[in-house]
Amino acid sequence: MTATTPAIIDIIEPPKPLSRIVYEFARRNPTVIFGSSLLLGMVIIAIFAPLFAPGDPLALAPARRLRPPQEAYWFGTDMFGRDVYTRTIYGARISLIVGISVSALSTIVGLFIGLLSGYVRIIDAIIMRIMDGLMAIPGILLAIAMMALTKASVENVIIAITIPEIPRVVRLVRGVVLQIREQPYIEAAQSIGTRFHRVLLKHILPNVMAPIIVQATYICAAAVLIEAGLSFLGAGTPPNIPSWGNIMAEGRTFFQIAFWIILFPGLFLSVTVLAINLLGDGLRDALDPRLARRM
Amino acid sequence: MYAYLIRRILATIPVMAVVAVFVFSLLFLSPGDPAAIIAGDLATADDIARIRERLGLNEPFLVQFGKWTFNLMQGDLGVSIFSNLPVSKLMLQRLEPTLMLTTTTLIIAICAAVPMGVIAAWKAGTIIDRGVMLFAVLGFSFPSFVLGYLLIYGFAIKLEVLPVQGYTSISKGFGPFLNNIILPSMTLGMVQAALIARMTRTSVLEVLAEDYIRTAHSKGLATSKVLIGHALKNAAVPIVTIIGISFALLIGGAIITESVFAIPGLGRLTVDAILRRDYPIIQGVILVFSGAYVLVNLAVDIIYTFLDPRIRY
Repeated sequence: MTATTPAIIDIIEPPKPLSRIVYEFARRNPTVIFGSSLLLGMVIIAIFAPLFAPGDPLALAPARRLRPPQEAYWFGTDMFGRDVYTRTIYGARISLIVGISVSALSTIVGLFIGLLSGYVRIIDAIIMRIMDGLMAIPGILLAIAMMALTKASVENVIIAITIPEIPRVVRLVRGVVLQIREQPYIEAAQSIGTRFHRVLLKHILPNVMAPIIVQATYICAAAVLIEAGLSFLGAGTPPNIPSWGNIMAEGRTFFQIAFWIILFPGLFLSVTVLAINLLGDGLRDALDPRLARRM
Repeated sequence: MYAYLIRRILATIPVMAVVAVFVFSLLFLSPGDPAAIIAGDLATADDIARIRERLGLNEPFLVQFGKWTFNLMQGDLGVSIFSNLPVSKLMLQRLEPTLMLTTTTLIIAICAAVPMGVIAAWKAGTIIDRGVMLFAVLGFSFPSFVLGYLLIYGFAIKLEVLPVQGYTSISKGFGPFLNNIILPSMTLGMVQAALIARMTRTSVLEVLAEDYIRTAHSKGLATSKVLIGHALKNAAVPIVTIIGISFALLIGGAIITESVFAIPGLGRLTVDAILRRDYPIIQGVILVFSGAYVLVNLAVDIIYTFLDPRIRY
């Protein structure tokens, strides 16, 4: 019996300071830290673009076109003599704005529809049939169709990428809700007369949050990729805005003689997507151990 | 079993119906005048009126939808605004390169990814496992158009061992066909391979923890036989599922890859249609690709019952 006493004392530890909690989280989840640092770097570049690249991303200079990377033009110049470095730095803005807006919008709309669908039986069947149909259309194709029918603008690109992503969120949220609503504690809450919206907000919503945060990061990565893809195909951001996809699309014709026009925005794009994906993987492992084992 | 099959096949009908309704309604849901946008900035009022007439935008919604669905049932996907040719004919002409590209991509991706995933699971926690997982994360993150140009630069421009761009039909010989298709397939297959490798690893890892694997080992079965005959066989269902689900990514990627490698397939048809805002072609491509996606996933569901006799519906 005496042997158990010290163990009990061990359990009652003094509360840890916040810095210690953060440090331990970082040590256990290195990918989250690595991914979020990379992403943070990209966000800083995007916000302070004029500081990193003092020039004008649209300034034409036909005399110095197609220069290879050198001291004055780190990433070279394109066929109109524009500085690829300046354009690439400014391109970070479009990609991040689109990525963040799409993940926020599709999560909010998807969360709302998903909660409704999971909780109200009558409309569930209808909503899920519509979602199944939407999910059968490859996302980029649906976005292409919508872009073909509207004027090219960043807002329209965001909407066109958001709509195909919504069903993924709805399915996820609905799945969690269906699972939780059968739990005894929900039944208990309802039987003591807890109001519907309170059950939703206090019991269901917290359970949905972890998987939805993970999903939102993956949607952000997908949105950045789709925006670049759409712009590359000529169905995305208007060509006068230097987005990574646009820069690469313009460099296509010259890529055999001026490879740098495609290489540098491509690398920035890949690093950004990698950072968001790493963050997503790390968050998934940290927030949802059950899901982590399955993937 | 048969009842399940029939139910599963019937379930594809509402899905395709939603796709059709949605694709058709987009013309009406989009803000502004679609006829004016399709006609472009330089169009006169006459041009816009002509396009509105051609798309049937003057008639009531339900009448238009009825006509369109009726034609669709007979395989009529409408007429291209730009070339005046039937969309189905235009698509049929471009079908072969896309079909070949997606098929070779899937073959390459599966052949590369499944062994990688199995070995990663077998050697879980080692440097090999980490290498495969790193490949999987990178494969997700490298967009096909970046990877495509990197491969072109390496193999076609620097090493000069493969052609830069283009497509040769398989009817002109297998060698030239393979020469042209290998880089695009690797480009397109990267994401697929990453997804499949990851799913294979997880799935096999789960099976390797089962008692019957220990039994198989302890009765002296060779490791390769345990891995392939026992582990992979029992891990097959999630792997086949992910191949079905990732088919949508494959189609989306094919459009971009065809554009990078100048392959005259359905993707190029789509891109040309975007530039000319030829909406009937885009509509047709979506319907056919979504139909293919639904059919592939139907096939996947049916394959389940053969792969895993425990699954009873």
